[in-house]
Amino acid sequence: MIDFIGDLVNFYLIPGLVLGSIYALGAIGLTMTFGILRFANFAHGETMTLGAYFAWTLVQLTGWHPIAVLPIAMGLTVLVVLGIDRGFYKPFRASPTIMLVIASFGMMLMVRSVVQFIWGVQMKAMVPGIQMPVVLFDWLRISPKHMMIIASVLVLMFAVHYLLTYTKIGKAMRAMSDSPELARLTGINTEAVIRATWIIGAALAAAAGVLLAVDTHVETMMGFKLLLPVFAATILGGIGRPYGAVAGGLVIGMAEELSSYPWIGTEPLLNPGYKAGVAFAIMVAMLIWRPSGLFRGKVY
Amino acid sequence: MDQTYGIFLYVISLLTMGGIYAILALGLNIQWGFTGLFNAGIAGFYAIGAYVSAILTTAPTARHLGGYEMPYPVAFAAAMIVAGILAWGVGRICLRLRSDYLAIATIGIAEIFRLILKNETWATNGPRGVSMVPKPFATLPEPWNHLAFLAMVLVTVAAIYLALETARKSPWGRVMTAIRENEPAARAAGKNVARFRMEGFVFGCMLMALAGAYTSHYLKFIGPNATDPLTATFLVWVMLVVGGSANNKGAILGAFLMWTVWSATEILTSRLPDDLSIRTAYVRIFLIGLVLQIVLQKFPRGILPEQRLASSAKAAENTGRPADRPST
Repeated sequence: MIDFIGDLVNFYLIPGLVLGSIYALGAIGLTMTFGILRFANFAHGETMTLGAYFAWTLVQLTGWHPIAVLPIAMGLTVLVVLGIDRGFYKPFRASPTIMLVIASFGMMLMVRSVVQFIWGVQMKAMVPGIQMPVVLFDWLRISPKHMMIIASVLVLMFAVHYLLTYTKIGKAMRAMSDSPELARLTGINTEAVIRATWIIGAALAAAAGVLLAVDTHVETMMGFKLLLPVFAATILGGIGRPYGAVAGGLVIGMAEELSSYPWIGTEPLLNPGYKAGVAFAIMVAMLIWRPSGLFRGKVY
Repeated sequence: MDQTYGIFLYVISLLTMGGIYAILALGLNIQWGFTGLFNAGIAGFYAIGAYVSAILTTAPTARHLGGYEMPYPVAFAAAMIVAGILAWGVGRICLRLRSDYLAIATIGIAEIFRLILKNETWATNGPRGVSMVPKPFATLPEPWNHLAFLAMVLVTVAAIYLALETARKSPWGRVMTAIRENEPAARAAGKNVARFRMEGFVFGCMLMALAGAYTSHYLKFIGPNATDPLTATFLVWVMLVVGGSANNKGAILGAFLMWTVWSATEILTSRLPDDLSIRTAYVRIFLIGLVLQIVLQKFPRGILPEQRLASSAKAAENTGRPADRPST
C-alpha cells in the first residue's frame, strides 16, 4: 500500500505539482496580457524560451546557480519584450485586436529564429549532473531542484499577489482588465498600465522558462511546447484572472502527469506520447461547457 | 544545354509548389479574407489531406495502413471530405467565440494531428512517414510527366479562382463580407451568421487538404515532420497578407511571389559553408517574419487590395483590412 502511494506521489503527483506551478507562472502573464491588451499573445512561449537562454548564458559566464541569476534573466527578458511592444504591438493599439494576434504569431517565429541563430538548436543542460533526491519518512522522495522550483514559484506568486492587491499600479491593472473605458475615464494612464503588464508578464514568463530548464534542459522548442498548456491554463482559470491562472496551471500540470498513471491494469492510462493532448482536451471541454473558466473570467 | 534543361525543370518545380501554395492561400483567403476567421493550424489540415490521399492510393505494405489503390480523384475527394468533417467539429466548438479562441484551438488541433500521425504507427508508419506514394502521370516520358502534374495544379488553381470569384460576387459572398465587417448588422438583417461562418471555415479547410494531397503525390512521400508545421502555416499567412487579403488574385500572386523568394533564398544559403548555411536558414525565417510585420503596419491592404463591389469603397479605404468583432 505504502509502495502504491509512494509511487503515485513520487513519480506522478510531485512532478505534476512542479510542472503545474511552472505552467501557472506562464499563465499569469498570459492571462494579464489577454485581459488588459485583449489579445492572445502567441509569442508568450518564446518569451519563456528567451528567459531560459539568458539564464543559461549568465550561468556560463558567472558560474552562479540558475536561481541566483534568475532576477537578471528576468530583467533582460523584460527589456526585450518592452522593445517588441514598442516596435511591433504599439502601432496596433487602435486597430482590431486580431491584428495583434497576427503580429504576435509572426513574432513567435521571429524570436525563435533569433534564439536558434544565436544559440544553435542543440539541447543544453542548465545544471550539470544528477541530483540525488532527499528521502523523507522512508517513502517520500523529493529532489532538491523540485523543492527549489516550488519555493521560487511561491515567492513570485506572493510578490504578484502583493502587487495586484496593495499597489496603485496593481489596482489600476485590475481596473483596466475589468473595464478599459471606465479605467480611462477615471484618469488611469493606460500606457503605464500596459507597460506594467508587459513587465510582470515577461518577468514571470522568463522565470517559468528558467525553472523548466532547471527541471529539464534548455532547448529552442521549449516555449512552443509550453504555449498550449499555458493557453489551456489561462482559459481554464478564466481570462483576466491571475488566481484562476494559478489554479488552471496546477490542474493542467497534474492532469498531464496523472494521465499516464496505470489507473486500470498495468498499462499507462494514456500513451505518454499524448501527454500534450491532455491540456488541449481540457481546454476544448472548457470552451464547450464553460468558456468563462473556473473563475468566471471574460469571454470575448 | 544541360544547364538550361536544369533551370527549366527548376522553374517547373517552382511553379508546381507555388501553385500548391496558391491553393493553400486561396483556402486561407476564404477563412481570413472573406469571413475574418483566424486559422493558425493550416499545417494540420494540410497534413490530414496529405495522409488520407497517400494511404488511399499506395500499394499494399506492412508498414502502414494501405493497399486500397484507389484512383486519384477518389483519394482527393476523400482527403477533402475527411478534412471538412474535422473542420466542422472544430468550428462547432470555436466559431461562436471570438477569433482568438479559434486561433488557439486550430494551433492546438494541428499539434494533436501531429501527435496522432507520430504515435499511431500501425496506420501512418509513425515518424518514418508514408513513402512510395504514387505520382500521377508518372508513366509519361520526361519532362512531360512534370509538365502534366504542373498543368493539373494550375488548372485546379484556375478552377478554384473562378469558383471563388463567382461566390464573392454572389449574394453569399456579400453576406460573408457583411458578417466580417459588422456582425450585429448582418445578424439584424436576419442572416444566419453561424452557418455562413461554418461554411467559410469548412470550405477553406477542404482546399488546404487538397493542397496537402497534391503535395504528398508530388513529393511521393509524407511524414509528420515533412515540413516544419509552423513554418508552413506561417508562410501561407505571409503569402496572403503580402498579396492582399480578401483578393483572390492577391492570394495567388502572394503565393507565387513568396514561394519564389523562399525557394530562391534557400538555394543561396545552401551554397554557404555548412555551419553558416544552417544558421542562415533561421535568418530567412526572421526576415520573412519582418516582411509580415512591415506589411501589416505600413501596407495592411497588401499588393492587390480588396476590390469592393458595392458603394462602400470609401469604407474599405478607411480600414483597409478585415475588421474583428467589436471587443466588448
